Amino acid sequence: MTVSTQAHPAATAGPGARRSALAQLTRVEFRLFLRERVGPVWGVGFPILLLVVFGSIPSFKKVLDGSGGLTVLDSYIPVLVVMSLALLGFVSLPLTLVNYRERGILRRLETTPAGRVRVLGAQLIVNFGMAVVTLAVLLIVARLAYDVPFPGQFGAWVITALFASAVVLAMGLFVASIGSTARAAAAIGNVLFYPMMFFSGLWLPIPAMPETLQHVAHAFPLGAAWESFQQAALGSWPPALALGTMAAWAVAFAVIAGRFFRWE
Amino acid sequence: MTVVIDVQGLHKEYGTTVAVDDVSFSVQEGEIFGILGPNGAGKTTTVECVEGLRVPDRGSVSVLGLDPRRDRAELTQVLGVQLQDSQMPERLKVAEALDLYSSFYRSPADWRALMEQLGLADKATTPFKKLSGGQKQRLSIALALVGNPRVAVLDELTTGLDPQARRDTWELIEGVRDRGVTIVLVSHFMEEAERLCDRVALIDSGRVAVIDSPAALAERAVSEQRIQFRPTASFDDALLASLPEVTSVIHRGDVVVVTGNADALNAVISVLARNQIVARQLRVDQGSLEDAFLELTGRGARNGSAHGDGQGKDELR
Ligand SMILES: Nc1ncnc2c1ncn2[C@@H]1O[C@H](COP(=O)(O)OP(=O)(O)O)[C@@H](O)[C@H]1O
Ligand SMILES: [Mg+2]
Repeated sequence: MTVSTQAHPAATAGPGARRSALAQLTRVEFRLFLRERVGPVWGVGFPILLLVVFGSIPSFKKVLDGSGGLTVLDSYIPVLVVMSLALLGFVSLPLTLVNYRERGILRRLETTPAGRVRVLGAQLIVNFGMAVVTLAVLLIVARLAYDVPFPGQFGAWVITALFASAVVLAMGLFVASIGSTARAAAAIGNVLFYPMMFFSGLWLPIPAMPETLQHVAHAFPLGAAWESFQQAALGSWPPALALGTMAAWAVAFAVIAGRFFRWE
Repeated sequence: MTVVIDVQGLHKEYGTTVAVDDVSFSVQEGEIFGILGPNGAGKTTTVECVEGLRVPDRGSVSVLGLDPRRDRAELTQVLGVQLQDSQMPERLKVAEALDLYSSFYRSPADWRALMEQLGLADKATTPFKKLSGGQKQRLSIALALVGNPRVAVLDELTTGLDPQARRDTWELIEGVRDRGVTIVLVSHFMEEAERLCDRVALIDSGRVAVIDSPAALAERAVSEQRIQFRPTASFDDALLASLPEVTSVIHRGDVVVVTGNADALNAVISVLARNQIVARQLRVDQGSLEDAFLELTGRGARNGSAHGDGQGKDELR
């Protein structure tokens, strides 16, 4: 057996192309995300399936009273958008991270120069990228198949998507840091998902809630997200309070996650 | 010769378990340094302190002049690591893993060549979960070397490999050493240490029993005899201990265990005969390297009480 493990930069990278570890990690994690199929099926496929189901229900085509021409389906799009983000954030991201921790993959990466920021960064980028894809597909399918207009204030809608992504990803990191096993993380993710989705109007639209419940909903991160998406869809800028609420929750969860996240 | 790894007074506890108890050793540039001991001896904990994965309770560790905790960014560039049990994502393919890990380093090795050398070339597109135990082990070795490290710490290098793959791996490691890479090899295989290591630290119950070359240890073992018997009458230990052929006398219940050189048996029997004592149930064990190991660690850790017949042998394996 001969040994020649000298550096051959040319063999691993194109001439002059110093590959970035972050880009490489992100690329690999993206492929793994698609191969695992859990993320694509739940985070991407499920919300679109719901859209198709809702879109085929005749009563969802009814125009809501006093809404200026908005159909029930139109009003559900922000809820579906919030739900896709929540699935990626609460389920896909923490399950991957906890699995990596349980199997010693994070620990192995700790012994390389990859660095914690890049390792987590790659996961965040992949899930954020998937969020962008899902949201785009949702809007396009809704527009083409069910005549749901694009958001009236598109810039505001994009900014809302950024804030909402930040908060669900921070919550995902939080789930990954307090859930020590995959089972625990899945349980915590579910415990967060249902109340959070309730307060973003998945079962009962927020405007239909009693007034006190509406206040509670607006204080919750996904309730605030729903409100922002709704406003942007209707063509106005979301209230600063809603964006501020999301930002505050994002920071809070990120700080807790940073404090408690374990690499083994 | 320059010192590449210096460990002084290392101490690490997990709750009430003392995993590493005042361990000191230093590794010279270009050598293969073995850390040998039974399961639970504290080998993994020791090397994880060297890798910077664990924080020692006491003591100092320096690798190429770097502090494993403080100088992580620099250390990880020059230290290749094979963890005792680490996995890869299930669906990550062999070539992807090597390509990915090589991208972390400033001047990586040619991962394709490495893949070839470790006999993984035909598994390049096989996902991790479809690899056999031996293939996973070889991937793990390749990943430890893909950064072109100056120092490599390999924990349980060949555990899980079949004999042929084990020999191939030994050859590979010798080749790596010949390029000037310093290697720390954690093992519980005597044969592996004998074949590869320039020096070996025997560790038992968190303490270093001895550090020496495998040849010197083997010599010690071959020249040692262990004589075990039940005397018909009690006698003063000094009777045997004073013999030049005898190195130690230990009582275990009514059994006496005497160790000494090749002539010890004759000397012991004749002294006993002179004192009208008969050695019943006499047993003589000629030491192997493995016995030397048990002898040394047994003495160091078990408070002078003799080890049972091959009792520690299972532990070691
Ligand atoms: N993470 C841990 N938590 C608690 N105890 C541990 C941990 N790791 C190792 N130990 C204990 O420390 C001792 C030394 O273990 P280890 O360093 O793995 O030994 P070796 O590698 O020689 O088998 C053992 O008693 C083991 O049970
Ligand atoms: Mg071990």
